Amino acid sequence: MIVLHGVRKAFGTQVVLDHVDFEVREGETVALLGPSGTGKSVLLKHIIGLIRPDAGTVIVDDRDVSRLKRRELSELRSRIGYVFQNGALFDSMNVFQNVRLGITDEDKYRDVEYCRERVRECLRLVNLLPEVGEKYPAELSGGMRKRVGIARAIAGSPKYLLYDEPTSGLDPVNADVIDGLVKRLDNELGVTSVMVTHDVRGAFRVADRLALLTGGKIVQQGTQEEFRASHNPQVKEFLERDFPDATFAA
Amino acid sequence: MADTLNIPRFVGRWAVNAASHVGRVGYLVLDLFRGLGDWRVWFPRTMTEAWNIGVGSLFIVLLISGFAGAVTSLQARYQFTGTIPIYYLAGVIVESIVLELGPVLTGLILAGRIGARYAAELGTMRVTEQIDALESLGRSPSSHLLIPRVIAGLVMIPALTVLADVMGIASGWFSMTLVLPITNEDFSYGARIFWRDQDAYFSVIKSFFFAWSITVISCYMGFTTQQGAEGVGRSTTGAVVSSSVMILLLDVILTKLLLNQ
Repeated sequence: MIVLHGVRKAFGTQVVLDHVDFEVREGETVALLGPSGTGKSVLLKHIIGLIRPDAGTVIVDDRDVSRLKRRELSELRSRIGYVFQNGALFDSMNVFQNVRLGITDEDKYRDVEYCRERVRECLRLVNLLPEVGEKYPAELSGGMRKRVGIARAIAGSPKYLLYDEPTSGLDPVNADVIDGLVKRLDNELGVTSVMVTHDVRGAFRVADRLALLTGGKIVQQGTQEEFRASHNPQVKEFLERDFPDATFAA
Repeated sequence: MADTLNIPRFVGRWAVNAASHVGRVGYLVLDLFRGLGDWRVWFPRTMTEAWNIGVGSLFIVLLISGFAGAVTSLQARYQFTGTIPIYYLAGVIVESIVLELGPVLTGLILAGRIGARYAAELGTMRVTEQIDALESLGRSPSSHLLIPRVIAGLVMIPALTVLADVMGIASGWFSMTLVLPITNEDFSYGARIFWRDQDAYFSVIKSFFFAWSITVISCYMGFTTQQGAEGVGRSTTGAVVSSSVMILLLDVILTKLLLNQ
């Protein structure tokens, strides 16, 4: 379970997260919505300990992430798969080596035969052929890079998957492919997922629950039905962009 | 404008900024030592880095040290002919190359070549979130990125300096025999008059300190890169300038300490 309580984060004078409360229960998929530049990715990076809060607590599996020691943090990260916005693949490594690096168990990582099989399996899960393993990131399309990023994130069999804008920069067809992939992986792997996105349609396709972050605060959290029924003007304004014909609560 | 004219505030900000850099470099060095136990990760990468910077820099280092040796020889002839015995010039050439020109020129060349490379590579990795990705996988950027670069530099830069010294002396010797009536025996005799065995160690010790400053500064600049391509450019320039200034500063300090002047 992931729980953020009263998290505040500022960069210089700019307050990005202003006492945010956010919760993700075991096994569910939560989409964190919000306009660009509102701190969605910053919130996601708090969960994996890449950014520490100025105030508040980030609890993952009953442990406060910001208080973990180096080794404990490393152990926690081995249970979390993080899909970066632009893939963040290592340029100097081919796809096989990139995905292999996601195998966080050191003994398994050193077992070349296991790694070969595991990378092949992960590439299959994201609908990529084994031959792609020989290619370098520069030779891949945007959609393929995203899928390799997902394959790397799942290679260590994580308990949690954090997606940072998995469909940004993709055409609608490829975005739908990635959304379908996220949904399928959640079902097949049984992971708990948080997906940061500003794509409302994608979020409604994938998520069990949604949260809207704007102005540094979570202004609404709930199920799809609760979102549609919300009287909050910010929620309505945000949803109407993608569902102009829908009828929302007055 | 008003801010820049407020001298106490400007000095205060500069001091805070400088202290912050020193503190963060300290953390980086601490990280480096912490990661040393992870040798199965950093050792293979160190070999690759050492090959890249060693073989890749060999030609330019030998070229510049060769020209430096020749020019030193020609200038020594211009300044001292008729005032001291010719074979003394061999001692002047050998000592100036081993104690000063070899390590400093090699350091400055490699500050440009290796410093820029490290800062640009790591800076690009930072702005494209590759370093964050490494951390998110529970892997240490220190073991994967920092230690291989620093150790490769600490091994290869002194090695390149020794080769630069040899090349500089050889070219100085060769050009001297072309422009002055000096035999190989006279050159060898003159070179040995001023030679002390510790001079060779001084050259290596200097280059070792230069290697440390080049690698640590450029890796620090790369790791702390911000703001996209412009930030990478700023880090790269900063790494070369800071490493070069540090080399010149260390040169003065080490010359004072080692030669006890």
